[in-house]
Amino acid sequence: MRIAVLMKSVPDLVEDIALDEDSGQVLFDEMTYVPSEWDDQALEEALLIKEESGAEVTAVTVDTGDSDNILFTALAKGADHAVKLVGDYDPSLTNRRRAQIFADYLRDQAFDLVLSGVQAIDDIDGQVPGLVAGIMGWPHASVVTEVHSKDKGVVLRQEYAGGLVAEIEASTPLVIGIQAARKPPRYASIAKVRQVAKTQQIEEVEAESPDVPTLAVRRFYKPVASGHAEMIDGDVEEVASRIIEILQERNLLRR
Amino acid sequence: MQKAKAIELDVAVVDGVELKGSWNRMFEPRAISEYDLSVLEEITAIPGAESLGYCYQCGKCTGVCPVDTVGDYSPRKIFRRTQLGISLIDSPDLWLCTTCRNCLRVCPKEVNMIDIMPAVREQAVLEGKAPEELLTAFENTARYGNPIGESPRKRVEWTKSAGVPIPIMSQKKAPVDVLWFVECYPSYHPRGKQASAALARIFDALHIDFGILGNEEKCAGDSQRMAGEHGLFEMLAEHNIKMLSKYSFNQIVVTDPHAYNAFLHEYPKYGGEWPVQHYTQYLSEHLGDIQFTREIPYRVTFHDPCYLGRHNGEYEAPRRLLNALPGMELVEMGHCRETSYCCGGGGGGMWLDSFTRDYASERLSERRVREAVEYEAEILAVTCPYEVPRFEDAVKSTGNAGKLAVMDIAELLAYSMGLVDSLAMAN
Repeated sequence: MRIAVLMKSVPDLVEDIALDEDSGQVLFDEMTYVPSEWDDQALEEALLIKEESGAEVTAVTVDTGDSDNILFTALAKGADHAVKLVGDYDPSLTNRRRAQIFADYLRDQAFDLVLSGVQAIDDIDGQVPGLVAGIMGWPHASVVTEVHSKDKGVVLRQEYAGGLVAEIEASTPLVIGIQAARKPPRYASIAKVRQVAKTQQIEEVEAESPDVPTLAVRRFYKPVASGHAEMIDGDVEEVASRIIEILQERNLLRR
Repeated sequence: MQKAKAIELDVAVVDGVELKGSWNRMFEPRAISEYDLSVLEEITAIPGAESLGYCYQCGKCTGVCPVDTVGDYSPRKIFRRTQLGISLIDSPDLWLCTTCRNCLRVCPKEVNMIDIMPAVREQAVLEGKAPEELLTAFENTARYGNPIGESPRKRVEWTKSAGVPIPIMSQKKAPVDVLWFVECYPSYHPRGKQASAALARIFDALHIDFGILGNEEKCAGDSQRMAGEHGLFEMLAEHNIKMLSKYSFNQIVVTDPHAYNAFLHEYPKYGGEWPVQHYTQYLSEHLGDIQFTREIPYRVTFHDPCYLGRHNGEYEAPRRLLNALPGMELVEMGHCRETSYCCGGGGGGMWLDSFTRDYASERLSERRVREAVEYEAEILAVTCPYEVPRFEDAVKSTGNAGKLAVMDIAELLAYSMGLVDSLAMAN
C-alpha cells in the first residue's frame, strides 16, 4: 500500500498573532510556524499502518519556506520518502490553493491512501483532506481515529457526535482526515533528525500556481464575549482564590 | 551454566601497590556467571554505561541515594534488577535518577550513574520509551530554546521589569567584562524573574560591565543531555557557542549551576571555551565592594545545588555570601555540602514530576523542605533556578505555608544591599 501524508506548518500560537490593525491583514512574515499537530497525528497513523501491515509512506508538503524540518522529522520517524512541492509560495498560501497543488501532484502518483490532519488552526479550520478529495473526485472520510489495511481496502473508525464511533470498510483510493492516531505521535530525537538531514534527500517537485476560487475577508474582529463566561480579573492571589471558590461551589474538589 | 568460583588472585598489583588475597577483590570483577547476564551485558555494551557492570552490591549508594528515601530505587537495586534480567531500558527506574551524584561520591567501584543514565536514556528515547512529559520538554527546547514552551521572542522580556539597564550584546556593540548567561527559568518563571531582577540590580550597583545575549540565548541544555537527548544538547551548544563567539567578553557568569556544568565540562568539547563562574563565585570575590544597609534578622538554611556542590566542588562561595549578610543566623541542615539532599529537578526530574509521582512516596523537594522546617529555618536559601519553584510548591504541599520562605541568594543580597524594597517572607 502506498500512503501519502499531506503536511503543513501553521502559525505558532506561542507568539502573538501579527495583525495589521488598519487593514485587518495577518502579517504572515512576522509570525513563526510549527508543524500542524493534526498532520503529526496523520503521519503517526500512516507509520502505524506501515508497521502493522507494510506500506510505503511518503510525506508531502507545499514549500512555503520552512518545510525541510517537517520533512526531515517525518523521515527520521520512519517515512520512506519526502516530497516538497516547490513554486512561488509563502506562508500566506490559502488552504484552497494548497489543496489544489496537492491534488495536482497526487493525480499523477499511484497512491492508495492519502492521509492528512482533519483540521488545522489556520484559515477556515484547515479542511485540506476534504478539499483534496473533492478536487480529485476520490472518496473521503473525516474525523477518523484508526485506519487498518484490509484486503484491497481499509477499515477505519470514524467519530460521530455523542461519543458514537462507526467502523467502516472502504475501498482505495481514499482520502482520510485524521482526528487522532491510535498512539501519541512518536518522538524523533534531534540526533536522528540531524543525521537524516545529512544522509537523506528531499525530492523537489515543481508545482505551478493554480487558479482557484478565493474568499474575500470583509473584516477581522475579536469574538464578542457573551453572558455565559465569567472573566476572572485581579492579581494571582485573587484569581487563584476565585478559582478555588468556583471549584468548591461546584463540588469539584476532592478532599 | 558455569559455576561461580572465587576469583581472588594470590597477588594483584594495582597502581604499583601489591594487594594480596581478598583485598584485590575490590579491583577485579566478581564471578557472577551463575546468572544469565545477557540483559546486563546489553546495558553495559552501551557506550557510557559500562560501569554498571562493576557493581559488587555493597549498598553504599542505597544509603545515600535521595530517591531511595522516598521510593524503591538505588544504583545497587538497578544493578541487581538488571542482573536478574529486568531491562533498565523498559524499567521506570531509568527515569527516577536525578543525577545528583551522591552515589558516585561513595561508590568504591566507581559505578558512574552520571555516565550510565544519559547513555541508557538516549537508547530508550530512540526506542520511543521515554515518558511523554519529558518528550514534551525536549520538543519545547528544540522548538523554542526553552523547556517550558515559552516564546523565544519573549526571553528578554524580564529585563523590562528589572528596574536597571540590562545591556543586550547585539545592541550594545561593544566588549564587556562579564557575559551573563541567564538561562531559561530565570528568564521565564515568575519567581526566577524576580531573582534575575535582583541579580541585575546587584551587578548594576557594583558597576559591573556586563551584558546578556537576550533573545539570542537558548537553553544551555545540560539537563536535557542528562535526560538522554544528546543530539538536542549538541544543537543547543552549537547555537550558544556561535552566538557567544560573536562578542568580546572576559568571562561568563551563569545563574544556573546546570549551565555552569555545561560551560565547564561540555561546551569546550564543541569549541566553546571561556572562563566561567557561577554568580555566587563571582560575587563572593567582590564581597569587599558590597555595602550592606539592611539586616536580615532570620534563621536561614542553605540547600547546596547538586551541580554546584557535588558535581563541581563549590560549597564555600554561597556560604561566604550568606555569612556576610548582616543579622542572619545560618544553620546547616544534616544533609549539607557533600551530603546535600537533592531538590529532584536535575537530570530531567524537573520535567518528570507526574511520572515520578507513581514511584515515590513524596517529592524530593518535599522531603528537603521538611528537613529545613525540622531545623526551624525561616528562610531556605537556594542558588539554582530549579529550586525556588520546586521548594515553594513543596512548602505548600507539605502544609508548611507561612513557616518557611524560599529565596534565591541574589534576592537576599539585593534586599540587604537596599536594592529591593521587601523580602517576600512566608507570612
